[in-house]
Amino acid sequence: MSQITLEKVRKSFGAIDILHGIDLDIPDGQFVVFVGPSGCGKSTLLRQIAGLDKPTSGHIRIDGKIVNDVAAADRGLAMVFQSYALYPHMSVRQNLAFGLTNARVPRLEINQRILEVARMLEIGDYLDRRPGQLSGGQRQRVAIGRAIVRNPTAFLLDEPLSNLDAELRITMRAELSALHKRLKTTMIYVTHDQVEAMTLADRIVVLRKGRLEQVGTPLELYNTPTNRFVAGFIGAPSMNFMSGTLNAYKKGACAVTLNGGEIFPLRGLPDAAKLGQEVTVGIRPQQVHLSGKGQVGIRAKLTLSEMLGAETVLHCRANSGEVLLAILPGQHELSPGADVTLGFDASDLHLFDDSGQRIAIRGRA
Amino acid sequence: MADILRFLLRRRGGKAWHWTDVVSWIWLIGGLVIMFGPASWLVLSSFKTPAALAEFPPTLLPFVTQQVSVAGYDHPLSLYDVRRPDGTVVVLAEVRRIGLVAQMVDPTNPDAIEKVNIADRKPVQVVQFAASNYTEPFLHFDFFRYLWNSVFVTTMATLITLVINSMAAFALSKYQFRGQTFVLIVVVGTLMVPLGVIMVPLYSIISALGLFNSLWGVILPTVATPTGVFLLRQYMLTIPDELIDAARMDKASEWQIYWRIVLPLAAPALAVLAIFSVVWRWNDFLWPLIVLSKSELYTLQVGLNVYAGQLNVQWHYILAMTVVTMIPVLLVFIFLQRFITRGIATTGFK
Repeated sequence: MSQITLEKVRKSFGAIDILHGIDLDIPDGQFVVFVGPSGCGKSTLLRQIAGLDKPTSGHIRIDGKIVNDVAAADRGLAMVFQSYALYPHMSVRQNLAFGLTNARVPRLEINQRILEVARMLEIGDYLDRRPGQLSGGQRQRVAIGRAIVRNPTAFLLDEPLSNLDAELRITMRAELSALHKRLKTTMIYVTHDQVEAMTLADRIVVLRKGRLEQVGTPLELYNTPTNRFVAGFIGAPSMNFMSGTLNAYKKGACAVTLNGGEIFPLRGLPDAAKLGQEVTVGIRPQQVHLSGKGQVGIRAKLTLSEMLGAETVLHCRANSGEVLLAILPGQHELSPGADVTLGFDASDLHLFDDSGQRIAIRGRA
Repeated sequence: MADILRFLLRRRGGKAWHWTDVVSWIWLIGGLVIMFGPASWLVLSSFKTPAALAEFPPTLLPFVTQQVSVAGYDHPLSLYDVRRPDGTVVVLAEVRRIGLVAQMVDPTNPDAIEKVNIADRKPVQVVQFAASNYTEPFLHFDFFRYLWNSVFVTTMATLITLVINSMAAFALSKYQFRGQTFVLIVVVGTLMVPLGVIMVPLYSIISALGLFNSLWGVILPTVATPTGVFLLRQYMLTIPDELIDAARMDKASEWQIYWRIVLPLAAPALAVLAIFSVVWRWNDFLWPLIVLSKSELYTLQVGLNVYAGQLNVQWHYILAMTVVTMIPVLLVFIFLQRFITRGIATTGFK
């Protein structure tokens, strides 16, 4: 059982504030992913939870008890490091046993637990090898094994897959996910890769510059990003942004006028104050389609088309000068320089005000 | 074999000599002579007799004048190539020498004495290794006692040096504390203080502690070396902090982090320091000479000093014993040098 609660956790190194008061509640058994660009403080936050660093102010609670002054080893957590941090001079078995020996677990039980973990992670064949003699994927398993063997109340994983090649990363991702389902232990996972975040997380925590931007399930973040940053960060390739103006259209509805003059009616109304404002309009590349001549759409010139077989990625430059990306299912024979009209369903649009906050359109289907 | 020769003799200029070929050959040969010249002279000369050592011009190989037993003479006689006035060269044995004239005999005809001007003769020289230079000191000189003292001082000083220096280096490289840089600067700054400056105060401390005429008095003042602290600190900085974090998560105490994680990973640097320390302590002369006044406590280097008297220096023994004292250092180096290049600290990482 481990419920981890952060209350106004701040961390400064000298005059530089890394974390600006983080409030977060991580329920027991959840797989939570901290995601954000590099330097956003996600690893720092993880180190505060682990106990490797002390927050400058604020409280960290595990199961309700404040653990700010509890040493890392006594918090009952286990951590997997980005570089794996396996002890290079010890065999895999010794690596796994080190923590247990320090905790004075009886020899017999240590051996039993190691065998169990070795079977679970299929590392039994190289228990007597040194980390230097293992491949990246094997080291990764050992690093995870070293965490599991201690029966922690929660796992902390700091970009554990970033050193693996693309193919192995996908396999290990699936294994981690399966492992979480089996162990049902809280896992806190740090990554800068939003795909990892989307695939693994029960809940994603998006961080930027030491602040929480949004906390929610992967689909919540994808469908209703609370601000422009989250909208751009979640989803690959990232969302197209264009500028436009939000106007009243007819009774009970409004419309957005893009810089190119195209008008897209929206069902519903925003807060009255937002009418007439300059807005940023976002649309995901996957929700852009080609529309025929005469239909409403953004007229653009194709600059590059990437045919991937299952889908075609179009890089376009709108007549207003904005760069737009469209991903169309199937294969489309289009040559660069062609004129295209890009259409989309107005209900797929995301609107953000000049401070980047989402503008909710009420009454929207 | 032909390949090796081709490899060794290949030149940048191909068939011709490029100037860099000339420079590198001069450089390499010069280096070889400078490095190995003194050592090989020492080893070869250690086999010379006192007479051969005093000879001018000096020779590299230990030549001695060939001796022969001649009927009618009790002692073996020295052989000389003698040029007779008629121009023929014969081999004669010297019976005695009077001024510039030597009385000589033909070993095959011992009765007829010839008088020869010493300018007309040259000794017949053969290479002969005087092993007695080595055997004699073992009989007359308390070699094994001095050897034991030296070994004791060297091992103890090296062990304590390694432990103390690595602890200081660990703290200076892996802990953050106020005045960290200051401490490091002070430690490194002591490098600039030579032994000559601190000799007298050091002597009073040693004597006040009752360590005068004790091997510990030789060992203890030498164990904290700034070079060692600095060298180990620089190496320990390359040990990733994540490893130490991992150990902390694994419930390791600070002592365990030092002993089980940092020390094994710093092995290459420890090996380097061990070599340095062994060489320093083994070759120490001045400080042991000051602290030790009883001959049964002498280390080898101090012990060798007995051959250098005020009036008579027994170079042949000094040279031979110097060769013997070089051997342990050489062995230590041969044994430890493979650790120097073995960088194991990074193998657990990508």
